[in-house]
Amino acid sequence: MQENLKEEREQAWRVELRGKIKNKDRGLIERVKMPEMNAMKRVCYQDREVNLGLDVQSAVREAQRCMDCVNPTCMEGCPVSINIPKFIKNIERGEFLEAAKTLKETSALPAVCGRVCPQEKQCEANCFYTLKLKKTPVAIGYLERFAADYERESGQASIPETAPKNGIKVAAIGSGPASLAFAGDMIKLGYDVTVFEALHEIGGVLKYGIPEFRLPNKIVDVELDNLEKMGVRFERNFIVGRTASFDDLKAEGYQAFFVASGAGLPRFMNIPGENYNGILSSNEYLTRVNLMNAADDSFDTPVLKGKNVAVVGGGNTAMDSVRTAKRLGADRAMIIYRRSREEMPARVEEIHHAEEEGIEFINLTNPIEYFSDENGRVKSMKVQRMELAEADASGRRRPVVIEGSEYEIPVDVVVVAIGVSPNPLVPSELPQLKVSRWGTIDVDSETMQSSMPELFAGGDIVRGGATVILAMGDGRRAAAGMHQYLSEQNAALANAGQANTSQAKN
Amino acid sequence: MNEIINVESFSENVVKLVVKAPRIARSRKPGHFIILRIDEKGERIPLTIAAADEKAGTITLVAQKVGVTSKRLCEMKPGDSILDLVGPLGKATHIEKVGTVLACGGGVGVAPLLPIVEGFKKAGNRVVTILAARSKDLIILEDEIRKWSDEVIVMTDDGSHGRKGLVTAGAEEVIKREKVDECVAIGPAVMMKFTSLLTQKYNIPTQASLNAIMVDGTGMCGACRVSVGGQTKFTCVDGPEFDAEKIDFDELILRLGGYKAEEKEAFERFMQTVTI
Repeated sequence: MQENLKEEREQAWRVELRGKIKNKDRGLIERVKMPEMNAMKRVCYQDREVNLGLDVQSAVREAQRCMDCVNPTCMEGCPVSINIPKFIKNIERGEFLEAAKTLKETSALPAVCGRVCPQEKQCEANCFYTLKLKKTPVAIGYLERFAADYERESGQASIPETAPKNGIKVAAIGSGPASLAFAGDMIKLGYDVTVFEALHEIGGVLKYGIPEFRLPNKIVDVELDNLEKMGVRFERNFIVGRTASFDDLKAEGYQAFFVASGAGLPRFMNIPGENYNGILSSNEYLTRVNLMNAADDSFDTPVLKGKNVAVVGGGNTAMDSVRTAKRLGADRAMIIYRRSREEMPARVEEIHHAEEEGIEFINLTNPIEYFSDENGRVKSMKVQRMELAEADASGRRRPVVIEGSEYEIPVDVVVVAIGVSPNPLVPSELPQLKVSRWGTIDVDSETMQSSMPELFAGGDIVRGGATVILAMGDGRRAAAGMHQYLSEQNAALANAGQANTSQAKN
Repeated sequence: MNEIINVESFSENVVKLVVKAPRIARSRKPGHFIILRIDEKGERIPLTIAAADEKAGTITLVAQKVGVTSKRLCEMKPGDSILDLVGPLGKATHIEKVGTVLACGGGVGVAPLLPIVEGFKKAGNRVVTILAARSKDLIILEDEIRKWSDEVIVMTDDGSHGRKGLVTAGAEEVIKREKVDECVAIGPAVMMKFTSLLTQKYNIPTQASLNAIMVDGTGMCGACRVSVGGQTKFTCVDGPEFDAEKIDFDELILRLGGYKAEEKEAFERFMQTVTI
């Protein structure tokens, strides 16, 4: 791997490119700014992207900032190990399609990752500029998006090469980022891959969870088409363990399974009045709008449009929900979060975008009770103020209640976005499968193999709630782990088969 | 996919659909339900599986016109297809030999009750079934229910079929007459509430099958939450059946009306598009 990186770095074009601009001059280039749609305009549309993408000129200029380090530390921050300098240097020399190809060597979903990855905590946090120069890092995320978008718009998308078919059937359960990364790698290795999805659309959280203004569904579809062209099969409306059992699928020839059934059950706070109408989980709210198009009158699914909408939580899902509420016409769209602004788990960029859109941040505040009108519809929430004590196990300062600080906020829709628990469907069908007391599947962290040898797992069903890119990393590790397992199994079978034939000959 | 094989109208507002779904026909058990989406623009709605024919690869659904989707479903013809159909969902009914089972079905609740009655009968129980509805034309699946019941009592609000009165009147008569070991109640929330209050009086363990609002049906959205014994449960993965004594029926009734205004608006929009 390291050898390969060095070899690629020593290719003539890379050497020449490095010689063109002195590192000192590269360091003087200002980091590019991402053009955005005006905040007042974009809140009028549910389905228009906020970030508009880089143009060719600024992408090339940003790529020039990259020093093409001998030791590319940025790659250590990437859960799917994208060859970052190689793709960026291809942008610098104007070979944008080559750049996209490089991304696809390791990532099944570059246009998605370029939009939703927390780059500031991953590759960009490990960039030479951040670590050594104390300057703003190379905009790796923006460049990733640029390369993927350029390729898509060019109509000349490359299909990654796949090994000859080995005839071995494997299944992925769930069609979110973990499964798609898994499927991408397994199909490249020559397996016969089927992805089973319980919903009617492929993509999991990318479709039902992340709003169009952050990740348009049509972008996801292009990446799905790509996988389909490589030979991955998708089965919609299919619940493995229910529609057909694991044993049924084994009988149909599936030799191994990758379970990435994701986070299921939404968490609630279990406070009085939480089941009143108008109080819903972020999953319900976002699914209605993103998957079922509830914001569009020509679709049958309804959604509650509130005037005063409170979203409880401080993660990306909370930001997605509150910004959706604003776009659905809320006068007052509020974030209620029990810690301070600095401790919010959401991406800085999303918090910033939310703020521009007029989202109200009510930090250090926690709901304790809801009140309803005579029809059982929520009309207000009682909250209490918090202050921060010393750090807790999560490394963040622990919020403690300020006694006597309660007050009421009028609300007609409340979205609870405080996290999710693992989906119980698969574990409930496999009593022999080892799960933690939180319901996550126990796996070997290197191979992602579970207590059942033919079953691998990854994503939120293992992690209990994480990011798209971490899920994709799991999918890749599971593919490598499963490939090794199946190779050994089938070699053993072949040997046994040979032994039998030679015996028969004798 | 999911072709409609047969349609039969029970009444102006209630229709029985036989749909091709071979895998579900093979794997479903009493108590299970499915979620369907008629077409690209449709919503996802849950419906219980009234019967299945494994050989023919079909399942039977019963739909009552309430909103846009159920109205459109009731107007479908043999040969039409349902775009998406997923299942079986929910926990299967716990069926064992307990002695005498009192099965109470109200309106279209008789559809999900049918496989449960069949299951209890096959498990060797004595099964007495009360069928109840507002009037004669709303009593459904009577012959099928009779096939698997030792006795059937029909109750109608207006006395147009069977006896005049509510389901609870028929149920109480049975309870007073013989020892009932378990009760199953499926129907409108208010019917299940009062059936449960009655059986509680006589300390009879009772299961009710809830018809909460759902979106995905796999535990993800939490729309179907219900308070059972003071705890929040999700109807789709923890249910649909719960110990009736512990269910907060009043909250369920309120939650069933959660999207009433939006549904009414959608229905009016839909009616405009049809009449134009």
